[in-house]
Amino acid sequence: MSADTAMPEAEVPGPLTGPEARRRGPGTWTGYLRYGAGKLGGALVSLFAVLVTGFFLFRLIPGDPVKTMTGGRQVSAQQLAAYRREFGLDLPLWQQFTDYCGKALTGDLGTSYQFHVPVLDKITEALPNTLLLTGTAFVLYTALGMYLGTRSAWRHGRLGDRVNTGLALTLYSLPSFWLGLLLIIVFAVGLGPIPGLFPTGGMESGEGGGFAHVLDVAHHLVLPVITLVAVEYGQTLLVTRSALLDEMGSDYLVTARAKGMRDDQVRRRHAVPNALLPTVTLVFVNLGRTVAGVILVETVFSWPGLGGLFYQALSVPDLPLVQGLFLFFASAVIIMNTLADLVYPLLDPRVGR
Amino acid sequence: MSAEALAPGTGPGPGPRALARQRRRRSAARFWQQYRTHRAGLVGLAALVLFALLALTAPLTAGSGVSGVTDAPGAPLEAPSGHFPLGTDRFGRDLLGLLVWGSRVSLLVGLLAAVLSVAIGAVVGITAGHFKGTYATVVMRVTDWFLVMPTLVLAIALATVMSRSLGTVVLAIGVTSWPTTARLVRAQTLAVESRPYIERATALGGGHWHVMTRHVLPNVMPLVLAQTTLMVSSSILSEATLAFLGLGDPTVVSWGGLLQDAREAGAVSAGDWWYLLPPGIAIALVALAFTLCGRAVESVLNPRLGANR
Repeated sequence: MSADTAMPEAEVPGPLTGPEARRRGPGTWTGYLRYGAGKLGGALVSLFAVLVTGFFLFRLIPGDPVKTMTGGRQVSAQQLAAYRREFGLDLPLWQQFTDYCGKALTGDLGTSYQFHVPVLDKITEALPNTLLLTGTAFVLYTALGMYLGTRSAWRHGRLGDRVNTGLALTLYSLPSFWLGLLLIIVFAVGLGPIPGLFPTGGMESGEGGGFAHVLDVAHHLVLPVITLVAVEYGQTLLVTRSALLDEMGSDYLVTARAKGMRDDQVRRRHAVPNALLPTVTLVFVNLGRTVAGVILVETVFSWPGLGGLFYQALSVPDLPLVQGLFLFFASAVIIMNTLADLVYPLLDPRVGR
Repeated sequence: MSAEALAPGTGPGPGPRALARQRRRRSAARFWQQYRTHRAGLVGLAALVLFALLALTAPLTAGSGVSGVTDAPGAPLEAPSGHFPLGTDRFGRDLLGLLVWGSRVSLLVGLLAAVLSVAIGAVVGITAGHFKGTYATVVMRVTDWFLVMPTLVLAIALATVMSRSLGTVVLAIGVTSWPTTARLVRAQTLAVESRPYIERATALGGGHWHVMTRHVLPNVMPLVLAQTTLMVSSSILSEATLAFLGLGDPTVVSWGGLLQDAREAGAVSAGDWWYLLPPGIAIALVALAFTLCGRAVESVLNPRLGANR
């Protein structure tokens, strides 16, 4: 987390210069296609690596998965053998691996032995709820972080900047689950004079249909979204701020001012668009962190999404479900990042074309 | 600070060695002088010293019996009172004592995991920067992969399949959080290796090992130290997170574990804010203190970041 302030320099694909730029050709769609193909190839390798990690993580490290699964309970030898056959553990390792890959590619992630249904069914059931929560929070914290980051950088060193950055850093250092618990106590259970304004958890109260239902879900959404936004916006703020600070000394800003542009025009038309580019990449690179936040927030608020499911799975531990969710989260983040990579050259003509 | 971390002895005779020591002492003094100008850094440092003292003297101040469940002194879930300043937990144990003991685990795991993570990152970064070519390409690919991965999910998966112990937690955090360090260190290594004295060292017959340990490492060390300081705060947060999810060592008291206990005991729906507040504040304070120190160290070592302070 903490390296973010230094990350823009290390992370962002810089403008291509020299032979590399020439090879790709300036401003052509062929160049873009070649760039895109490279990124897609990289993404496929990454996805395969996720698959391999999932396999070895859950099959080799614990020694005997069946023992882990049964959690030290008394199990007869026949049962152990039956489990082994069921999970294909009596086959040679390479065959287990090819079986596993084939199944994973066709969407068969095994059966949860907590719920006795296919893992994929559980995931598709919970996915919309997570998308609702994460999507709302993502839009809000990105917008808030960029807005405050821009303001902070433009007036850097002043009181407003220091308060802004300090608050963001503090919220950023808070454990999201703890903040969530506190919000529940204060605003859902009610503390002292404050009545319980919001539900303590879940996604719906189950009353009414149509518009009433939408309102009900929105009501349940408020506290989890506030928690996620509070712990995540600091990251975007710091990244935007340092990206903009990097642009602050640039000559083109002096030129813009010399032309007689007003201060906020210089900011909106010239500085911010340039600073936005590294920010966009980092917002996506940091999606992994958001996944962590989502898991915790959903756990705390009993939100019926993937994060809550993950918590249910790991407290058993329901290994097929943990594995399936691991594969899903990792692939989702990689796919989102690849999409960002593909969109990036369209925003910044210096990259890839 | 950087003085102790460097490998002792850079020359054959005592003369250059003494000279090097003197130079290091001087640069440490210079470092401290600049560090002192960062008010936030000083506040962070003071807080850290305080927490370290608290953790080290826990057996004296809190006594060694606080974590016993059987002979708990109070009734379960007592609100704060004169006798128990922070109340009691669900077993009737003194929360203040538990909080003090918890600082040991949080700091220990945080430090160890940060050291492990930064060590991996430094080795990967230096080797990737030094040996260019296929090795570097492959290693940086792996680094990028880890960088976008949801590391908490990976850490949770690791902690789920391994036995519940502090070692597992350290390992799970350490092996998942190194990529940012690796990238920073690699960039610095590339910058150092392009300087003429590296060429001189190679021309005089210095091998890979010599160049990496005697020339690159000392130059990368300040960055590594700053990065470790910053990494500790995220490690402490990760430790608390894992403990909260029930993946910590169940036999020891930690801040995250206290929060998990509180949630399981129904402190949230009962509105027992005094059970939840202290461990969270402690986690946040320590994490913030390390972040403040790390940022101060960073901006002393890298004046370009000065505006970010």
